[in-house]
Formats: sequence, C-alpha cells, structure tokens
Amino acid sequence: MTVALDPPKASFRLGMLLYDTRYRSITIQVIFMILIVVFFFWLYENVVTNLRAAGKDFSFGFLWTRAGYDINQMLVEYSSDSTHARALLVGLLNTLFLAFITCILATVIGVIAGVLRLSKNVLVARLMEVYIETFRNVPVVLWIVLVNAIMAVSMPEPKDYRGENPTAEMLFFDSVAITNRGVYVPEPLFSRSLGNTDIGIFLISNDLLAIMAVVLASIWGYRRLQANATRVQNDTGVRPVTWWKGLAIIVLPLAALLAATGFHLGYPELKGFNFVGGVQARNSLVAMWLALSIYSATYIAESVRAGILAISRGQTEAALALGLQPGLATRLVILPQAMRVVVPPLISQYLSITKNTSLALAVGYMDLRSTLGGITMNQTGRELECMLLLMGTYLTISLVISSLMNIYNSSIKLKER
Amino acid sequence: MEDASYVRSEMLPAQSPPASETGIVHWVRANLLSSVGNIVLTLAAIYVIYLIAATIGPWLYRSVWNAGSLQECRAIIEANFGPGKSGACFAVIAQRWEQIVFGFYPRELYWRPTLTLVLMLVALGPILFAWVPRQVLWFSITFPAVAFWLLWGGTVWLPVMIVAGFVLGYVAFRVVSELNGLAGVVAAAVVPVLWWLFLCGPASDVLQSILPIALRELGSDQFGGFLLSTVIGISGIVFSLPIGILLALGRQSDLLIVKTFCVCFIEGFRGVPLITLLFVASLLLNYFLPPGTTFDVILRVIIMVTIFAAAYIAEVVRGGLAALPRGQYEAADSLGLDYWKAQRLIIMPQALKISIPGIVGTFIGLFKDTTLVSFISLSDPMQIVSSIRANTEWNGIYWELFMFVGLLFFIFCFSMSRYSMYLERKLKTDHR
Amino acid sequence: MAEAALDHTIDRSRMKVTDEVAIQISGMNKWYGTFHVLRDINMSVMKGERIVICGPSGSGKSTLIRCINRLEEHQQGTIIVDGTELTSDLKNIDIVRSEVGMVFQHFNLFPHLTILENLTLAPIWVRKVPKKEADETAMYFLQKVKIPEQAHKYPGQLSGGQQQRVAIARSLCMKPRIMLFDEPTSALDPEMIKEVLDTMISLAEEGMTMICVTHEMGFAQAVANRVIFMDQGQIVEQNAPREFFNNPKSDRTKLFLSQILGH
Repeated sequence: MTVALDPPKASFRLGMLLYDTRYRSITIQVIFMILIVVFFFWLYENVVTNLRAAGKDFSFGFLWTRAGYDINQMLVEYSSDSTHARALLVGLLNTLFLAFITCILATVIGVIAGVLRLSKNVLVARLMEVYIETFRNVPVVLWIVLVNAIMAVSMPEPKDYRGENPTAEMLFFDSVAITNRGVYVPEPLFSRSLGNTDIGIFLISNDLLAIMAVVLASIWGYRRLQANATRVQNDTGVRPVTWWKGLAIIVLPLAALLAATGFHLGYPELKGFNFVGGVQARNSLVAMWLALSIYSATYIAESVRAGILAISRGQTEAALALGLQPGLATRLVILPQAMRVVVPPLISQYLSITKNTSLALAVGYMDLRSTLGGITMNQTGRELECMLLLMGTYLTISLVISSLMNIYNSSIKLKER
Repeated sequence: MEDASYVRSEMLPAQSPPASETGIVHWVRANLLSSVGNIVLTLAAIYVIYLIAATIGPWLYRSVWNAGSLQECRAIIEANFGPGKSGACFAVIAQRWEQIVFGFYPRELYWRPTLTLVLMLVALGPILFAWVPRQVLWFSITFPAVAFWLLWGGTVWLPVMIVAGFVLGYVAFRVVSELNGLAGVVAAAVVPVLWWLFLCGPASDVLQSILPIALRELGSDQFGGFLLSTVIGISGIVFSLPIGILLALGRQSDLLIVKTFCVCFIEGFRGVPLITLLFVASLLLNYFLPPGTTFDVILRVIIMVTIFAAAYIAEVVRGGLAALPRGQYEAADSLGLDYWKAQRLIIMPQALKISIPGIVGTFIGLFKDTTLVSFISLSDPMQIVSSIRANTEWNGIYWELFMFVGLLFFIFCFSMSRYSMYLERKLKTDHR
Repeated sequence: MAEAALDHTIDRSRMKVTDEVAIQISGMNKWYGTFHVLRDINMSVMKGERIVICGPSGSGKSTLIRCINRLEEHQQGTIIVDGTELTSDLKNIDIVRSEVGMVFQHFNLFPHLTILENLTLAPIWVRKVPKKEADETAMYFLQKVKIPEQAHKYPGQLSGGQQQRVAIARSLCMKPRIMLFDEPTSALDPEMIKEVLDTMISLAEEGMTMICVTHEMGFAQAVANRVIFMDQGQIVEQNAPREFFNNPKSDRTKLFLSQILGH
C-alpha cells in the first residue's frame, strides 16, 4: 500500500504558540519553567544575602565536631565526646527503632480491632467502634502526653517495690517492673557469647547475627519443605503432612544455637534506690510506643475492615460452591485478595507512623529530631544545614518505604485488559 | 410411575415467621450467644464495659467543680467520701476553661471570636446543606475577610481593600477577555497582585483617615487555645482544597515539566513530618525572604499547614480522577468542551465526590495536627494545658484537662467525619 | 441479529445524498506506538450519506471514526470535516467538534447531572445559548427520542436503551451536521437494541449525515446507502448494502459475513 506524505505545513505563525496543540504545551511549560527558575533563584539570592548578613557560611563541617551533650537512650555507643554526626546516627536509630516496634504493635492491635469491628457480636463490634472513633478523633499528641503523664504520675516509684510490705509488685514472675522512671524488662544474655563485630560505624553483636542467620536458614528450609510438598501434590494429588517437620525445622536449630551460646535472661533487680539489670525502657519511649500504636491501630483497623468488606460475597460463594473447605477458601481465595486491598494502606500507615515518631519532642525521647533538629541545632546555630539534613533524612526514609510499596503494588496488580 | 403434572388451585398468603425467629430473645440469641466463641466474646465485652464503668463512674460521681487548687479538691473529696477516695477535679476546667478556649484574648473582647464562630456557621450553611438559600453564598465568600477583621481588629478598610483586589481582578478579566481570552487571564492574575503590592495599603490608610472604622487591634501573641487551633485549622482547610486540586491536575497532566514539578512538590511535602515544616516556618523562613521582611507567625504556620495538607489532598483527588472512566473525558471532548470547562463541569464534580472520604479525612488530620504548633511555642490547647499543669495549684492534674481538650477536638473531628458520611449517602441516592 | 429494524417501513423521501462533501479523508495513517492501526485510509462522505462501517474487532473501525472528531490523533494524511481541516490547531478542533456529534458504546452520560442537564450542558457552555432556550431544545429532542418524562432523573436511574437515546439526544442538542455512532448498540440487551435503532432510523429519515460503526446488519440493509468493510486497519471493500450483502467481492468479506450471518 502506498504511504501518503504529509502535505506541506502552513508556515509558522505566532498565534500557533497558543492555539496549536503541538506548540501549546511547549509554550506553557517554558513559561512555567521560567517562573520556577526565577522563584528558586530569588530564594537562593535571599539565602545568600541573609547568610552573609548574619556572618554565617553554609557548611556541614560542624557534623565532625564534638557534640558535648548526653543522650539518655541509645542503641549504639555514644558519649558526649562523640561527634554531632554520631549523635545524628543515634537519633536516627532511635527513630527507626521506635517506628519499628510501633508498627508491630499497631498492626497487631489494628488487625484484631478491625476483625472484631466486623464481628456479628453487636456488643464487641460496638465496643471496637467506640475505641476506633475515640482515638481517631483526638490528636495523637494528646494521647502521647497523656500516657506519659500517667506513667510519670501514677506509676509506683522504685522504692515502693522495697521493704517488707512493698506497695507495688513486679509482673510476669518478677521479670517486669513498671515504675515512674521507666519500664524494666529482662535482657537477653549469652554466657558463651560470640563477641562483637565492629562494622566500622558501630559494634554489632555476633550472637544477634548468628540468630538472624539461623532464623533465615530455617525459613529457607521451611520454604523448601513446602515447595517439596507442592511438588509431591502436583505429582500424586495428595499433599504430604508436613506440619511437624516444619515445626522441627523452625524450632530445633534456634534452640540448639541458644543452648550453645548459653542464652539466659538477666532480670531487673532492686538495688538501693533503683533497679539494676535488665533493660530500662524510659517513660518517653514507652509513652510514644503505646500512644502511637493505639492511635495508629485505629487507622489500620479501618483499612483491615475495608479490605474484608471489599471482597465481594460472590468470591466466597464461588469458592464454597467449588467445594473448597471454608479454611481452604479463605487461604486460597479470600486472603490473597484481601491482602491486595489491605497492604497498600497498611504501608502508608507505617509511613505516617514513621513520620509521627517526630512527635517524640512532646515527651523528650531522643529521636532524630531531638538530636539533630534539637540540641545539635541549638548548640551550633546552624538552622539551615540541620533542617535540610533533617528533612532530607525523613524524605529518604519515606521514599524508601513508598518505593517498597510501589514494588509490592506492581507485583500484585491484577492483570487486566 | 406417579403423575408428574401438578396445578396449584389456590395461592398461599404470606405468613409471619415462627416466634423463635423474631423478638428480643431471638435477637440476643442470634447476635450475642450464637456459638461458644460468641458467648466468650460477649462475656469479655461485658467485663471490659464493667471495668471501664467501675473505674470512671465513681470517679465522675465524686467530681468537684468548685475549688482553688488540686489540694483543695482532694480535701473536699476526702471530706465528702472518706479518705483514700479519688474523684474528678473539674474545678480546674471551671476555673481555666476560658483560657483553654480563647488563649490570651482579652476577656472583654470574647464577643469577637464568638461572633466569628456564629458567622462561620452561617457561612458554612450553604456549603454544607442544600436547603440553605443560595444567596447566603455571597456572605460565605466574604466571610474570610470579615473573620480576619473581627479576630485581629484594626481598620476595616484593609480587609475591604484586599477583597477589592479580587473584584478588580474579576473586572479586569471581564474587560480584557473581550479583546483576547488569554490576555484576560493574564490581566486577572496581574492586576490584583499589583493592587495588593502597591495600592492596597495606601488606599486603606486614606480611607481610614477619611472614614475611621476600626476595632481594637490584637497581635498574634494574644491568640491561643482552641481559638488558635480553629483559626489555623479552618484557614488550612479553606486554602488547601483549591491548591490540592490544582496539584492533582498538574500531576495528571501531559505536560512533563508541570507534572514533574507537581510530583516533586507532592512527594516532598508528604515525605517529611509536619513538625519539621513548622520549624522551617518559625526558624528558616527568614533566610528565604528578602532581608528585613517579617511577617506574622500565625500566617507562616497557616501557609505551611496549607501546603502540607494540599499535598495530601492532591493525592486523594488524584485517586478520584483515576477512578473516573475515560469515557467521561471523551464525551466532554466530543461535545466541544475545552480543558477547564470539562474539568469544572464534568470531571471535578465526579472526582471530588469520589474523594469525599479522603478529603474529609485529610481535613480531620489537619485539624488534629494544629496541636503541633505548641512545639514552636504557640499557645495551642496542649501548650496551655501544660502551663496549667506546671502551675503549683494544679500540679499533678492531668485526666480532667486532657479530657476537656480531647472532647473539644473530638466534637469537631467526629462531626466532620459524620458529615462526610451524610454527604456521601446523599450524593449516592442521587444516582439510584 | 436484530432484524427488527426491517419490519419498519422507512420513509426515504428526505434521505437524499447530495454531491456536497461532508468529510474528506485522504491518505490517512495512524500508529499506536509501532502498531499500524489505520493504513492509507481514503474515503469521502457526502452530505446526507448514511454509512455503516463493519469489520472484525481490532480492525480499526472505531479508531477511524474517533479520528474524525480528533478523539484520536492521526499522524499522516488529511481529514477535512465540513471544510475544516483537522490539524493540531485547537480552533479547528473546536469547530469540528461542535459540528460533529458522537454517540459512544458505553453512552458516557454524565452521572452527576440530570438528563436535562446532560442535554443542556454543551449548548450553554460551548454554544452560549441562553438557558431557557437550551431547555426548550433539550425537551424537543427528548420528545423525539420518546423519553421526555425522564428529564429530571439521573442517568443511573434509566435503562441502557433509554440512556443511549439520551446520549443521542445530547449530541443532537448541539445541532450537529454529522453524527458518529461508535457501536451504539453493543452494550445493550436485545430488547433495548430496537428502541435505539428506531431512534437512529428516524434520524436518518430526516436526512442526517451518519457514520455508524455497528454489527446490526438489519440496520445497514434498511438505512445505509453504503457499507464499508474494514480489516487490519484497511478499507477492504465498500459497496451499496444490497450488493455488499448479496454479492461480496473479497474473500475476507465473504468469511466475515458468513461468520456473523451464518447462525
């Protein structure tokens, strides 16, 4: 077939910049670009002028100078002689740690509340509704400060645990002590410890590494076991019973490792006026953790509920009509679809939990904002650098989490025309 | 073989179900006691309710409304109910509620925020409910200026002249667009900006000297408490919606540069905690503005909160836009509607309707987030509560204060979420 | 096949094909990425013509008529509609779109507006007709498609056939000179197809220039003055309906006709 060539185009007129679809978009974008560049240049000029007027320069060199302040809760070694960069690291780890434990607790509470909210039992469903509405509609700062106040004012002092007739008692077989100075929990100890590895930035416990390696290996083994079972099922039609093998693969290696390293718990004990031994979780941490978890759980509960409701009843009916047992129907048909709906809002909730950890300011937990954006900034007077670094760090964390979410979303996307 | 044919000779009337299927006994049995698990749940729920009632009930019953300090409260409770009994000390609320609600606003001027609140309800009428006469919308449009004048005081001519800028822009648009459509848009943008930059201030001064009408002027440091939260929250809500819609349109557009800019803007502001933006507003803004510019701290906070919420609104609206079938765009195109008309008449009404829950959710979040301004030393309710708690008379009190503040927020947020449900239902019935 | 349209006696007195060109397409090519959807399309449509385009799915017939009001952009060749060439010039696109009405497979009514508002929207905002006049026009066309009583309902409250008739009336309110139909009956239940076809037939009886992508062969035989068969993005055969159905020339056409008529 012949291919017709374009007829010669009409010559260019100025009006075409606006009324020709080919040029119009370029015109708009060029104007937009110019406005943005002018705006940013204006900002830049102002910053330069203002910095000069204040006699400051713009440099991140201060990060390598002595911090000179103490941090009361840390996951890696730090002293007031460490650098500001080190303080930043301590703050960042504290932020991530808080975010991590909050995500776990919030998910547990949220899933339970979301499922109970849909319970046929009216009483339970109502109770959950009251919980969800109460916590969602009141600012989270209020919950954080409230929990902190309860901890500080209403919890027993360490001295209450002393004497012949203590007014307070430790919980869980004398292993946990809740006081107004914090919560003391048992710490994991290894009598035949494997020592530590210095990875350049901080020391990391070899025991922990070994445990992680063994757990990962067990999970790998378990998946091999399941894959093998599926292969047998594909070949013969009968799925072999694997639960006891699976249990053994998960439990035995870990138990062996713990026994070999002499794992035991160090319980907190009252010595003098305070508890020693165990791990002390400060009130600030506990308050942040509990308040943020209970608050965020309400959002998770709502998305779990939406996820369950989103699966049409037709799906359940179709699965049951095919003769699948209810358990199998849930596992093979309902759950995969529910996950599709629930996981994205769940991850974005994790994102907002991470950002909300910056409210630690309200109770004095030493997170990223309190170290870098707090004491370091006040001491060095470098607001611009500190804020940029602080926002950049949060932005990076957010982008990492949301790109994980995007990967997940595209992997589960339904194939549709 | 039996004869398979059958003809019904009379139709059966409908009968009521057996008694065991109706009535309260049946309801209890079906909802609370249908299985062992269900019974366990019911018992657990009853126990939890009992625990809550047994803790809060007596505490509320023993409440004291009239005392000068926490010690006095406790003494009264011990005198009335015996030693060791605890009770609510609402006396602190009775004594300090005005501060929690109005901040440091002069007491004799409380009528101004109160009047603003009443006028706000009037202004919201036509926006929230279809049965309010449409003419009230004109008042709604001017309400921000009225509220500004009532709350901050000063000469009436300044807000009037600011509103005049919008009127001028509209007039310029009408006049110039007669000549050329695009020039009209440019004129509508440029004329008001020039007016506000150069003529607005002098004009209001002149008018003030000719016809002085003014209220006592108040500084932003006198704003506090729930008044401050409401001012920041409502302004953020009003301004963030249009900006969010524009951002969403930008993100959905085919123009690469505009799109990239919108994506960076949205993701950038969504990726950082609001509190860091508030710090930027209080500490860094001076670096970015020409030397010597200062402007009101509340205004700065409003700007930051608005931008932050707008980024979230943009994502919500984008979801609504994505949910619209492509046929709607095509139908609008084939009828000859241009981009903005199609957006205004066809796309946005539907996309916004889909996004109502998300938008209202963002508004609620924004309103709750106004409590973060206490971290940059503005006196929001939380800040005032901590200052009361730091007071020697009320040292050690917390439940009562937090309950009061929480209740204020709860009323506001809960009614917003219920309204969004009502709106969703109402708009849905339009369709069936 | 809904042969229903055939039992209707059709008034052909006003169905006159003039020698004035309504649409002129020459050497038109279109690609989706690297996929060549439309290949060297040449056709002219006279005022008053009623053309039916048929062909297997994916043959490019919908794309062709969507190019005529530039819902799709063509990359080569020219399309001239009513004397206006479709280029990237926005003004021309606006002119063409207000001259050409389009009816979609899925109706694409605006669900947030009442039927009446759906009909008056474009006249008011594009043609700048006063509201009262637009309302009157709308009611006139609603009467024509025989559902004036539904004027204040919402699209979601109407049946598919009613919705499609509203969609036709909506296009007519813009007083178009040319109507495009993109599989207007494919999404309808059998009993609703007839009411839509009747509406289209009465439109044809009034002398409207129509291009219709459809598989309703009864309609094609009764109303069309020309049937175009497309396959693989090309016009394979075109002829008067009687000739086209009784004596197809190309093997491809024969196969297609045997498949759709053979049961």
